[in-house]
Amino acid sequence: MSTDTSTENPEAAAEPSPGAASRKRPTGHRRLLTRRDRITLGLMAGLPTILHIALVWLTALASIALAFTSWNGIGFDSIQWVGLQNFRELFTSNPQFWPAVEHNVVWFVVLILLPTPFGLFLAVQLDKSIRFSRVYQTAFFLPVVMSLAVIGFVWQLVYNPDTGLINSVIGANKPGHYIDWIGDPDLNLWAVLIAASWRHAGYMMILYLAGLKGVDPALREASALDGANEWQTFKNVVFPTLRPTNTVVLVVTIIEALRAFDLVFVFNKGAQGTELLSILVTNNIIGESSRIGYGSAIAVVLLVISLAVIIPYLIATFRKERRA
Amino acid sequence: MHDLSPSGLALPAPSRRTLLRGVGGAALLGAGIPLLSACGGSGTAADPKTVSLGSNSSDAVPKKAFAEIYAAFTKKSGIKVDVNTKDHNTFQEQINSYLQGAPDDVFTWFAGYRMQFFASKKLAAPIDDVWQKIGGDFPEAMKKLSKGEDGKYYFVPLYTYPWAVFYRKSVFAQHGYEVPTTWDDFVALCKRMKKDGLVPIAFGDKDAWPAMGTFDQINFRTNGYDFHVELMAGKASWTDAKVRKVFDHWTEILPFHQEGAVGRTWQDAAQTLVAKKAGMYLLGTFVGQQFTDKADLDDLDFFAFPEIDPAFGQDTVEAPTDGFMLSKAPKNRAGAVKLLEYLGTPEAEQIYLKADSSVVAASTKADTSSYTALQKKSFEMISGAKSLTQFMDRDSRPDFTSTVMQPALQNFVRNPKNVDSILSSIERQKKTIFASA
Repeated sequence: MSTDTSTENPEAAAEPSPGAASRKRPTGHRRLLTRRDRITLGLMAGLPTILHIALVWLTALASIALAFTSWNGIGFDSIQWVGLQNFRELFTSNPQFWPAVEHNVVWFVVLILLPTPFGLFLAVQLDKSIRFSRVYQTAFFLPVVMSLAVIGFVWQLVYNPDTGLINSVIGANKPGHYIDWIGDPDLNLWAVLIAASWRHAGYMMILYLAGLKGVDPALREASALDGANEWQTFKNVVFPTLRPTNTVVLVVTIIEALRAFDLVFVFNKGAQGTELLSILVTNNIIGESSRIGYGSAIAVVLLVISLAVIIPYLIATFRKERRA
Repeated sequence: MHDLSPSGLALPAPSRRTLLRGVGGAALLGAGIPLLSACGGSGTAADPKTVSLGSNSSDAVPKKAFAEIYAAFTKKSGIKVDVNTKDHNTFQEQINSYLQGAPDDVFTWFAGYRMQFFASKKLAAPIDDVWQKIGGDFPEAMKKLSKGEDGKYYFVPLYTYPWAVFYRKSVFAQHGYEVPTTWDDFVALCKRMKKDGLVPIAFGDKDAWPAMGTFDQINFRTNGYDFHVELMAGKASWTDAKVRKVFDHWTEILPFHQEGAVGRTWQDAAQTLVAKKAGMYLLGTFVGQQFTDKADLDDLDFFAFPEIDPAFGQDTVEAPTDGFMLSKAPKNRAGAVKLLEYLGTPEAEQIYLKADSSVVAASTKADTSSYTALQKKSFEMISGAKSLTQFMDRDSRPDFTSTVMQPALQNFVRNPKNVDSILSSIERQKKTIFASA
C-alpha cells in the first residue's frame, strides 16, 4: 500500500476540502494504518468472525455430527455413535416424517400460488394511488406486524370446532354434522394455510409495492403512448421490470415454507395432518429426556433441503454479479 | 500524531475507540450471557440460613399455596426459602439442562419413572435420611413411588389426585342411571345415554395426553397392574395380543366418545359435562377446576373405571403424585434436608390443601376433616388401592410417550381400523428408543 492509494479511501473522498487529493504527503514507505487502528480493525472483523464461527458454523457442524449419535443430553459421556441408524429409522419407521416433508412442500406451493399473486395484485391496485390507499395498505400489512404465534391464537378462535366463529355461524358444531377444523387431517393443514396466507399476502404486497415504486414512470407513459391497455402495460412493461423483486419474493417464500413452525405449533402442535419438519425437530430435542441425536438427524434433513434450494440461487446470483 | 486517522481527518479518535471497546464488550457480554444464565440460581451459595428452591408452580393457586408452606417453614426453623418459580411447561422442558447446570437445592417434580430417570442419571441426591423421619406417615404405595431403581429414596410426595369417570349426580338422577361397575354395564349405559340425546363420554385430545389416560385405564383393567408396568417400561411388546385386546375394548366404546376429539382441548370437553350435554368424562380430579359455579361443583361426582377382568377388579388406581426432590449437589444440604422433612409433614400438606381443593394429601396422617366430598372420595379411592400408577408419561420414558405414543393414539382415535399398523409402528419405534441410553 502506497500513499497514493490513500486518495481512494472513501473517507478521504468524502472530505469536504477539494484540495485533499493534491495535498502533499511525506514521501517514503509509510504505513496506512497505525497499530491501534490495526488492532481495532482486527477486533471489529475478528470478534464477529469468532462469534459467527462459534454460534453458526460450530453449532451447525455439531448438530450434523450429533445426527449420527444417540444422546439424551445428559453429560457428554452418554453420547453414543450409531452411524446412520437415526436416518434409517427416520426414513423407514417414523410415521410422521414423510407427511412432514410433504407438508413443507405443500406449504411452499400454496404460498407461491395463492397469497403471492394476491399480494402482487394488491400492490398493483395500491400503486395506482387510489383514495384511502394508506388505509388499505395498513389493513393488509397489519397481519405481518403481528407475531405468528398471535395469529395462531386468533385463528384458533375462528376454527375452534365447538365454539369457534365458523362452526357457530354455519351450525357445524352439533353431533352428526360436525366439522373438526383443527383435528381432521384432511382439513387442518388447509385451515392453517389460510391463516399463513393471510399474513403472507401482506408481506408480499409490501415487497411488490416497493418494487413498483422503482418502476420508471416514463416506461408506463411510453407504453400508454403506444396504445397499450392496462393489462398489456402490466404484462409487457411493468412485470418484467419487477424481476429483482420476484427473485426476492421467491427466496422469502421458500424460507417461509421451510421455517414454518410457530403458527402450527400454537394451532395444534403439529398433530395429525399438520406435521412439519421444524416441529418434529422441536418435539425430539426439547423436553426432559430428549432424543438429541434423532432430532439432529431431522434437522440435518431440513438443512439439506434448504441447501438444495439456496445453493442454486446463490450460484445464479454470483454468476450474474460476475457478468455485471 | 498517531491519533490522526490515516485519511488525515482529525476524527474524535478516543470516542470512536471507546465505542469500539463498548461494542467488543457488548459482544463478549452477549456471548457470556448464556454461560452466566447457565450458572443461574441464587448467589446465596454459602448462606446456611437460606435454601434455594426451583418451582414449576407458576399458576396462581398453587403458587400462593406453596408460598404459605415456605413461610410456615421459615417461621418454624428460621431458614429462608429462596423460591425460583418458572413457567410450568418451561420448567419441564428445561429440566435436563437445569439439573445439569447449577440447580436450586430443592426442586419440584413428579413421582414415578420421571423421578427415577433423573435419579439414575445421578442428577438428584438420595434422601434416605429424610425418609427415616417422615416414613411413618406414608402408605406403602407412596413409599414405592418415592424410590429410585437403586432402592434409595429420592422423592418427597406432597399431594396426589386420582383419575376416574366423572358425572353429574343430577343427570344420573334425572334419567335414572346407575353407576356401572362392570364393562357390560358401562357399555349398556353408554348406549342408553346416546338414545337419551347425551354425548355418553366427553373427550378432547388436542393436547394429545388425555387419550393416554383412557389407554391406561383400559390396559390395567384388562391386563392388570404388572403387565401395565412391563409395557410402560418397554419390556412387553405392543404387538402382544393383550395390547390388541385393550384396543378392541377401546374400539367398542369409541363411538360413544365425543366427536372430533383431536381438535378439542380437555377444557372444552369438560364444558360439555358442565353444560349437562355429556354424561361422563374420564379425567383427573382437576376437571373440577372447570366447574366455576359452586352448585355445579357440588353436583359433580365420580366412580372408578369399571371392572373388565374380574381377576384384576378395580384394584389399580391412576394417581399422579407431585412433590419435591433434592438436587445432586445442594449448596445447603442441612437446610434442604430440614425443608424436605417439613414438606413431608401432614402440616405442610394441610396448608397446601387449604388453598387447592382439587387434590388430596399424599400422607395418611393429614387431617381429612376439612375435605370436600370429592376430596374424601379421592382419598378413600387412593388409600384403598392395591397399586398406584402415575400416568403414561410419568410411568414410561417421556421421549417415547411424547414422540411416539401421543401421535399414535391420536391416529387411533381418528382411525380405529388402523390399529394393527399403529401397534406395529409403535413397537418398531419403541425398540430403538428403549435401546438407547
